[in-house]
Amino acid sequence: MGTFAYFPHTEEDIRVMLKRIGVESIDALYSDVPADFIYKGEYDLPDALSEQQVRDFFDSLGSKNTKLKVFAGLGAYDHYVPAVIPYITSRSEFLTAYTPYQCEISQGTLRYIFEFQSMICRLTGLDVANASMYDGPTAAAEALRMAIASTRKKNKLVVSSLLQEHVLKVIRCYMKYPGYDVVYTEDVLSELGPDVAGVIVPSISRHGIVQDLSGYADAVHAAGALLIEYCDPSALAVLKTPAEWGADIAVGDGQSLGIPLCYGGPYVGFMACKQDYMRKLPGRIVGQALDASGKRCFVLTLQAREQHIRREKATSNICSNESLMALWVTVYLSLMGPEGMKKVNGLSCEGAHYLHAQLLATGKFEDPFPGKPFLKEFCLKPLVPAEKLQQKLLDAGFFAAVSIDGYVNFCVTEKHGKDEIDALVAAVKEV
Amino acid sequence: MNFGVDTGFYPLGSCTMKYNPKINEEIASHPAFAGLHPLQPESTVKGAKEVEEGLGKALCAITGMKAFTFLPCAGAHGELTGLMLIREYHLAHGDTARTKVIVPDSAHGTNPASANVCGLEIVEVKSGANGLVDVESLKPLLGPDIAAIMLTNPNTLGLFEREIGEIAKLVHGCGGLLYYDGANMNPLIGKVRPGDMGFDVLHLNLHKSFSTPHGGGGPGSGPVGVAERLLPCLQNVHTSGFHGNFGVMLRAYAYILMLGRENVKMVGPLATLAANYIKESLKDDYKLPIPSVCKHEFVFDGLINDGARDGVAGATTLDVAKRLLDYGFHAPTIYFPLLFHQALMIEPTETESLETLDAFIDVMHRIAEEAAKDPEMLHSAPHNAPIGRPDETTAARQPVLKYE
Repeated sequence: MGTFAYFPHTEEDIRVMLKRIGVESIDALYSDVPADFIYKGEYDLPDALSEQQVRDFFDSLGSKNTKLKVFAGLGAYDHYVPAVIPYITSRSEFLTAYTPYQCEISQGTLRYIFEFQSMICRLTGLDVANASMYDGPTAAAEALRMAIASTRKKNKLVVSSLLQEHVLKVIRCYMKYPGYDVVYTEDVLSELGPDVAGVIVPSISRHGIVQDLSGYADAVHAAGALLIEYCDPSALAVLKTPAEWGADIAVGDGQSLGIPLCYGGPYVGFMACKQDYMRKLPGRIVGQALDASGKRCFVLTLQAREQHIRREKATSNICSNESLMALWVTVYLSLMGPEGMKKVNGLSCEGAHYLHAQLLATGKFEDPFPGKPFLKEFCLKPLVPAEKLQQKLLDAGFFAAVSIDGYVNFCVTEKHGKDEIDALVAAVKEV
Repeated sequence: MNFGVDTGFYPLGSCTMKYNPKINEEIASHPAFAGLHPLQPESTVKGAKEVEEGLGKALCAITGMKAFTFLPCAGAHGELTGLMLIREYHLAHGDTARTKVIVPDSAHGTNPASANVCGLEIVEVKSGANGLVDVESLKPLLGPDIAAIMLTNPNTLGLFEREIGEIAKLVHGCGGLLYYDGANMNPLIGKVRPGDMGFDVLHLNLHKSFSTPHGGGGPGSGPVGVAERLLPCLQNVHTSGFHGNFGVMLRAYAYILMLGRENVKMVGPLATLAANYIKESLKDDYKLPIPSVCKHEFVFDGLINDGARDGVAGATTLDVAKRLLDYGFHAPTIYFPLLFHQALMIEPTETESLETLDAFIDVMHRIAEEAAKDPEMLHSAPHNAPIGRPDETTAARQPVLKYE
């Protein structure tokens, strides 16, 4: 054998193993593979790199990315990441563990998932949460499937066109193949009827406007459908909760709870619902139990919903989810607490409103939503070409003014001080 | 309280719990990537795009496919994405009647579940006595309503589907496509390419075969590779919000760059060597229902002598699994596949040393001796873990799912 670090075997080890098996060579272990399928070519891969070379390689790739200050939102937010989080999540007991099937030696994982579920319930006000989903958009799609499964014999779904584009894209894709009848509209209540299984609306629109969902739950429930709310969990610390609006299911992306942007992932979806729909939830759920000696412990529970037991009759096909990112969120929320979350929202909101006012003062924008409430992100109608605006800002070191529906999006988080916001405005003035 | 790959050996069948290299973690947290917003224009993320391209190209080389999408965040998510691509392909050919997918009885549970989420009807094909898909049982299932067959090769018994050439011919002959469930790809890395066997679509689990950490249940990454004729379908399928789990892709790319052309050829063979070594070392104590050369994993059907006697129940696979925890090993996958009542599915990987394999074999022998003498002691295992066996029935009947 060579000296490759991840293969611990010596030549002698291999001889010992072959002898026990009773074959002459490792190749003999592939004697059941038809010769035509044994690959005889050279793999088109680069020569093996050393660790130092791997570092250098990624340094050089990294230098091809442009370092920018992020003033954009639209589903991914540049909130501050407390330094302690990666230290905890990179502990090998968490990082290198499998799904906690063997609960006796997985209490660490099971416990933090239980905490995650508890915190998601606290944020949404709902009764039950699962162990996580891949991301917000897939959680939204799965929630719509859940509405179909929970209401029986109904095949129609109403989706608010005010959801963010990346969410709509995934919903469209997931709904296409099972052949559900899906209507996309801004005015979801006008589409209600006895055939509707579920309605999904955002708590904050794709343009950043905080939605008033008064009367939605009553109307949706009167039609015998479920109300699903797509929310930014960070903002739930200061907004009316999905439970208060009367929603049956809440979904969203936990990225805004201290997860780095990382070019779109890994993030973590969440899903919570009312007690009535608990057995229709997709994915893992952790529950409290007692062990043989009466000690409190945690286990994967309600597994009769899941694919490894029910196969095609499962509530979903999800297996691995985003467990470590759920830990990330759990650590974040426990560091922030309710007060910290209010502060994050307060600072972001204050900064966003300051930027909003300064940008309008440049005379280069119109306010398409005057007087409408927004938190950390908002849209303006540019009076200069949007493409030119974004490029100018990129040249000045900012990622901002992302085009959407003829407007441009800006977002401010607690990371951005007044000086940075002023610098952004100064760059806009140059356009 | 928590066991991980860094704690000890994880012989978990179909899960490929290999060493998670530390350099991967360093690369994944590189600030030049961690701060990128997913909607940034391409001109500002050239390095990230090179990661996607470079990793995609490497995976094509290893699997024989033409292109990869990285949108899926896990294996089952890859299956769903792959099946959507298959439906797109048939729809593009005006073939709307293909609504059934063939799944072997030995398949991973995610296969039928993914097919269902994709709106496909499942048709099960039986395994023969040799544990392989029975080609004669397959033939009558084929027709103009078949969208695809989902296969994992080697299958969940760790056996190579040697009739794959014939199966591919038959399925393609009826107008269907072949889907490769890459959960069991590890033994083929460096040896056999799914593309060469006739597979049209596959997913890989970067968190299995490509060394990225499992994280206690994710984040994973389940990139989907396609053959040339499915390339146009890729643009129509959007199964996650942005670009997939980019942080996981960085890790897998770092792993492949360390492997390089020289070492890639030994990944599968060394994993296969380890599995056969354990199998041959334990087959006198544990029932081996199909005695043949295995690939990365194999399945025992419980103990040969479970210690059952008058009034005393014998030790089960669950008992063996729980007793292993006492000795500092993770348990194998148990009661799967469903073909055997006492299934005990063992998969070592190429990153475990002979010393570790021998220590595991010794413990498995010892447990077999304990079972023969005192099965009741095994019924109540584990005895040395942080907790004892929990009451899962009550936990499910009266669920407590959050702090009240």
